[in-house]
Amino acid sequence: MAASGTRVSSLRPSRPGSPLASGLRRLRQATATERREWRFALVLLMPAIVMIGTFVAYPFVRGIWLSLTDTVVGREGEFVGFQNFAKLWDDSIFRRAAQNTVLYTAAATLLKLTVGMVVALMLNNLLGFKRILRASMLLPWIVPTVLSTLAWKWMLDPTFSILNWVLFQLGLIRFRVDWLGGPVMALWSVILVNVWRGTPFFAITLLAGLQTISPEVYEAASIDGANAWQRFWTVTWPLLMPVTMVVMLFSVIQTFADFQLVYILTGGGPANSTHLFATYAYQVGVATGKLGEGAAASLAMFPVLFMVVLFQLWYIRRGEGGVKKRGA
Amino acid sequence: MGTDRGNATKRDWGTIPRRTFLKGAAAVAGAASLGGIPGIVAAGQAPAYPKGTKLHLLTRINFIPAGDTLFIAQAEEFGRQMGVEVQVERIGENDVTTRSTAAIVAKSGPDIIMFQNNFPHLLANGLADVSDLAEALGKEQGGYWDLSRANAYVGKKWLAVPYGCLSNTMNYREDWLKEAGFSKFPDTYEELREVGKKLKSMGHPVGQCFGHSVNDPNSWCYPFVWAYGGYEVEKDGKTVALDKKGTLEALKLNTAMWKDMFDEGGLSWDDASNNRAFLAGSISITNNGASIYFVGKDKFPDIAKVTNHAPNPRGPAGRYYHLATHSSAVMKYSKNQKLAKEFIRWYMDKKQYEPWFVAMSSYMIPPTKVWFDHPAWTKDPKLTPFRDSIKDARHLGYAGPPGAKASEALAKYIMVDMFAKAIQGTPPEESLKWATAELKKIYSA
Repeated sequence: MAASGTRVSSLRPSRPGSPLASGLRRLRQATATERREWRFALVLLMPAIVMIGTFVAYPFVRGIWLSLTDTVVGREGEFVGFQNFAKLWDDSIFRRAAQNTVLYTAAATLLKLTVGMVVALMLNNLLGFKRILRASMLLPWIVPTVLSTLAWKWMLDPTFSILNWVLFQLGLIRFRVDWLGGPVMALWSVILVNVWRGTPFFAITLLAGLQTISPEVYEAASIDGANAWQRFWTVTWPLLMPVTMVVMLFSVIQTFADFQLVYILTGGGPANSTHLFATYAYQVGVATGKLGEGAAASLAMFPVLFMVVLFQLWYIRRGEGGVKKRGA
Repeated sequence: MGTDRGNATKRDWGTIPRRTFLKGAAAVAGAASLGGIPGIVAAGQAPAYPKGTKLHLLTRINFIPAGDTLFIAQAEEFGRQMGVEVQVERIGENDVTTRSTAAIVAKSGPDIIMFQNNFPHLLANGLADVSDLAEALGKEQGGYWDLSRANAYVGKKWLAVPYGCLSNTMNYREDWLKEAGFSKFPDTYEELREVGKKLKSMGHPVGQCFGHSVNDPNSWCYPFVWAYGGYEVEKDGKTVALDKKGTLEALKLNTAMWKDMFDEGGLSWDDASNNRAFLAGSISITNNGASIYFVGKDKFPDIAKVTNHAPNPRGPAGRYYHLATHSSAVMKYSKNQKLAKEFIRWYMDKKQYEPWFVAMSSYMIPPTKVWFDHPAWTKDPKLTPFRDSIKDARHLGYAGPPGAKASEALAKYIMVDMFAKAIQGTPPEESLKWATAELKKIYSA
């Protein structure tokens, strides 16, 4: 039996039921000490809550309101329901931006995962110069996006491209490549820049995950006769899955809402072939002053991202549930 | 800040006593009824701005640094005379719209913003009425050019004071033209195609931007359509009229020109790309302002020597220009509207404007007609074609009245993308159909 004034509730296993119900029950049953701790925790959380409320929740709610009005710059609008969304649905440029965004996100994320995994595996097996190489690998991620993208704009310039010069000198091309001029090439060039920039995030996170895998598991697999690919597929990949899903979740969200790369490299051109949701929302909302329509274009991302997030969180939880059952 | 004030200013600037300066300004500007510094001097009163008053002006970075340097010096002089602090903030031209929008929504920011094109129409709800000032300046200086007025006069009032137009014409290499066997610059678009074809075969293509950039692509595409009798809307400002035979002809010709004469990197260019390409010697002709020539004179004298300028090509319906106008708007949220107007009055006054115009080396066409015969235009005959372009300039949204819908069409690059799609392989008819449908959505909203 615990001494008076203390509870052992924290030692009891949590009961099944909703987190909210469980939390409220614990609050009702809390001791004075626990309640003080809880209040103190709330005070410590307050700055974060205020920041998120001010810079995330408020703009989000305001954005929803704007998207349901015909607000233009300098004039408060009136409620128009889903008229802005209907207009967008009928807008060929918006549909192109939607298509581009899906392709851009899918391709860039898969490429970053592939290249990131390769880099992580290589860094994990390094025998020397670990610190320098790991630090160098992070550079694309650390350099401010605007600066690195401007450098890429020079490298992909149709007249002065260093990339074209190198490929020409190596005999790999006979005519210059117009990296940002063709409707397909321009989008893939932007994807390339995104992959260059985002791969370190995948690599460093997957590397951290790799280092939690015990070498004994690999030894056991080797003893059983598994080759390198089999060890990756049956040991590394499944054990890395939770980390992989988390990093992909973040990457999908960031890539889907990408703006800077496209804005600097192409402005959404040529002929809207590189427009994404974010750049088109900017063009509609800021360049034309139609804030309501711009907000609607921006919010169009939300349902898709929400579904992606739900799916990935479900997948992660399912994986955790499976691990718990196996452990039980 | 800044010591390069241009030759014409040296006799006017230096240590001018305040009273002399104020009297001089009064003498140039006229009666006390005009207000501003002359009015204050005439009334015998000191300016009444509290200590610590700050005036903030936002504008684009000019391609001619000497002009910016002088303008900043003039702003400082105004501030000294008025006992206020004047901040001139210069940013990339593509960013001015973003800043303006943010400022108007937040109701806080610069007191004066220099807008490009017909943005005063687009952002009309956030701009103060400056009719008294604009009308007075127009009367003094021989009246405004139609284009300058069109982009700053909204409804029945002036929402901005015209500042100037960016001139643009055909920049070309005389030496390569001669080498190709042509004694003068082609007059029509068809002739240009033939000349350009020959030049491209010699390794000196024509350069033109068809990407998403504010100035150059529009300066090519709009006049091309106009020259063939096409235009966006009818005079009623509502009926979309782009799908005319003339527009299709222009589109087809441009598409043919793409392979025949253009540098095929143009789809990914921005406004600075053709400048770089011309000065690097990789293109022979481009549509641009005088910035190529001025940078050439400064840093690439051998190229400047063989660079010349010619009017835009002519089509069956005439010769036209899309010139980017600049106007100074006082923001409605500004607490310094009176001071802002006085500052605009100050720098638009001939005494200040002339040295700036000369320092800009005719890069900007002044908004009023009094400057048409200024010797600066003929001092260097290579610059005269820029001056003449204002006479054939049209506003966006022609043949309808200028307005926010034309701004929307510009911001969405409808005209430019119509050309770009055709270049990329979409049949010109389909490309025209797409552009017409997009314009209909804009003009029917």
